[in-house]
Amino acid sequence: MEKVSFPPLSRVAICGGTHGNEMSGVYMVRELQRKKEDKALSFTVTPVLSNPPAVDACRRYIDTDLNRCFTYAALSAPIAASTPHELRRAQELNSLLGPKGSQEAVDVICDIHNTTSNMGLCLLLFSDWISLHICKYLQSKITSVPVRVILLQASMPEAYSLDSVGKHGFSIEVGPQPNGVVRADIFNTVKEALDLTFHWLQKFNSGVTFEGGEVDVYTLMKSVDYPRDPATNEITAAVHPQLQDNDFKLLQAGDPTFLSFTGETVKHEGEELFPFFVNECAYYEKKIAFHLARKATLTIPPISVKKE
Amino acid sequence: MEVEEVVCLPRLSRVAVCGGTHGNELSGVYLVRELLKAKKGKEDAMSVQMVLSNPRAMQQCRRYLDTDLNRCFTHAVLNGPISDAAPYEMIRSRELNAMLGPKGSPQAVNLVCDLHNTTANMGLCLIAYSDSDWICLHIFRHLQRQMPDIPVRYIHFDVSHRESYSLDSVGKHGFAMEIGPQPHGVVRSNIYTAMKVGVQHVLDWVRFFNSGTIFEGGYVDVFTMVRHIDYPRDRETHHITAAIHPQLQDRDFCLLHPEDPLFQTFSGDTLRYKGTEPLYPFFINECAYYEKGIALSLARKRCVMIPPIRAQTEQEEQANRESFGSEEEEEEEE
Repeated sequence: MEKVSFPPLSRVAICGGTHGNEMSGVYMVRELQRKKEDKALSFTVTPVLSNPPAVDACRRYIDTDLNRCFTYAALSAPIAASTPHELRRAQELNSLLGPKGSQEAVDVICDIHNTTSNMGLCLLLFSDWISLHICKYLQSKITSVPVRVILLQASMPEAYSLDSVGKHGFSIEVGPQPNGVVRADIFNTVKEALDLTFHWLQKFNSGVTFEGGEVDVYTLMKSVDYPRDPATNEITAAVHPQLQDNDFKLLQAGDPTFLSFTGETVKHEGEELFPFFVNECAYYEKKIAFHLARKATLTIPPISVKKE
Repeated sequence: MEVEEVVCLPRLSRVAVCGGTHGNELSGVYLVRELLKAKKGKEDAMSVQMVLSNPRAMQQCRRYLDTDLNRCFTHAVLNGPISDAAPYEMIRSRELNAMLGPKGSPQAVNLVCDLHNTTANMGLCLIAYSDSDWICLHIFRHLQRQMPDIPVRYIHFDVSHRESYSLDSVGKHGFAMEIGPQPHGVVRSNIYTAMKVGVQHVLDWVRFFNSGTIFEGGYVDVFTMVRHIDYPRDRETHHITAAIHPQLQDRDFCLLHPEDPLFQTFSGDTLRYKGTEPLYPFFINECAYYEKGIALSLARKRCVMIPPIRAQTEQEEQANRESFGSEEEEEEEE
């Protein structure tokens, strides 16, 4: 593949507390705000606490999920007195870090999340060579936890997450960690991922060519809800012990997926796929017990910074 | 060898199993819902009441709406003056007290088993106010023997009946059954199953007890809470400045020695335990305790001797009622 070049990446935003109870990002942003700016870096780092009222209340959100409010439609909707807090806040963040799709947008947004699922370190991104190269770099350097790439498939206008506001962006998702809790090991993984991201950016801006190659990615195929009582809509089963904590372990037809509260087993049917976000707390209300993905290999070109 | 005298205690004719006292501790919520669905009629010697303690908090999947329900069972809150503007949980605690109590009266249920989850790696714990309530301690020993696959421990909070504040203090006997680790708002199948099996063994023990079984004496280990340790905090913002150290995280009930790592600051420094006495940590990194200023609790362990016990026969109960009546008269005279 032919080499691709990009302008220098000089403005980087690190966002935490997009969900107010995902604590690694909250404390990472506070730590970045506390530390003095590193003048040796070839880029500026702007730490942003995305949803302060949700952080104060230690809740995922106040009115609605902030990380679904960054579609072009939501960002251009008129604001009224009755507008939910997060829709308002999304437009503020878009002014601060965007506007999405324009030349003024920051070069890279890195949005920090936690999950109750046993997902190790996952990087969620749209197909973008910069983000994919950063992921490849993290995968080659981090040995303490598995590092995987989840490829999101949405057009820019429809992309709804905060990281879609920057020219390039990705989410760092680390688990398992309960909501409202900060675990030192999980925090250390986030810190390691950020430090390596900064190393990569420094190298990129200094003119290093990053070789092309292959990256394994997971792409979402479908989601599976909990079995529910048709009358009350309450869940009637928990994720099966053999699936629990086994994110990214191939799920084949006949493998158990749920164990009902009265002891019956539900099994997977159909195509063999890779489960992830298994038993994520915030997804109960979104009617998702787990997602299922296919695995694919992407070829990425060599990249370097555009020389003036 | 001296034969120990068997302690005779009143039968446990009314038992309450409570879930959802904290609305986001889901094993108890779903277990009580299942038990309500499968409810059978009153058994001969025992009636079991299933209660969802905080339905409004459950609806929103939150620990509480206004204030922690499981701190609302002091005599002051239960019997003091109350306005319409009172926090929801204070109104609810009085409803539960009317249903299962009144606390401290002869009408109270015999046993309250209150179901909880924790984000701490605590296995199954029975938490009670007494280290000499033979009913609770015998139930504990029974669970330990019947559930060898999960660590089962007994935690004693040395709080007087007057100052006891939790739902389980409403019954004549009571304990919280706390199982972790489970994130709040999540139900893990293995944790749910452990709670289901645990409750089953508690009810089985009560049936055996009521039917006249003599339970032999013995020895059990009891962890008595000594104190709490808070997170280091920023003086101005009050935000925490460190997390539980990786070498302490998930090591509930592993003895903590002076100078062992306690916290890791967000800038990477290690803070160490400065106490002089080795103690047993528990509730390590419990989500709900950040706002209560508790990073971990510390306990001493001791071995407690429990006597053999059995249920009073009907004649013994009758004789006791009569002498209780005369004791009451004596108290009024004093």
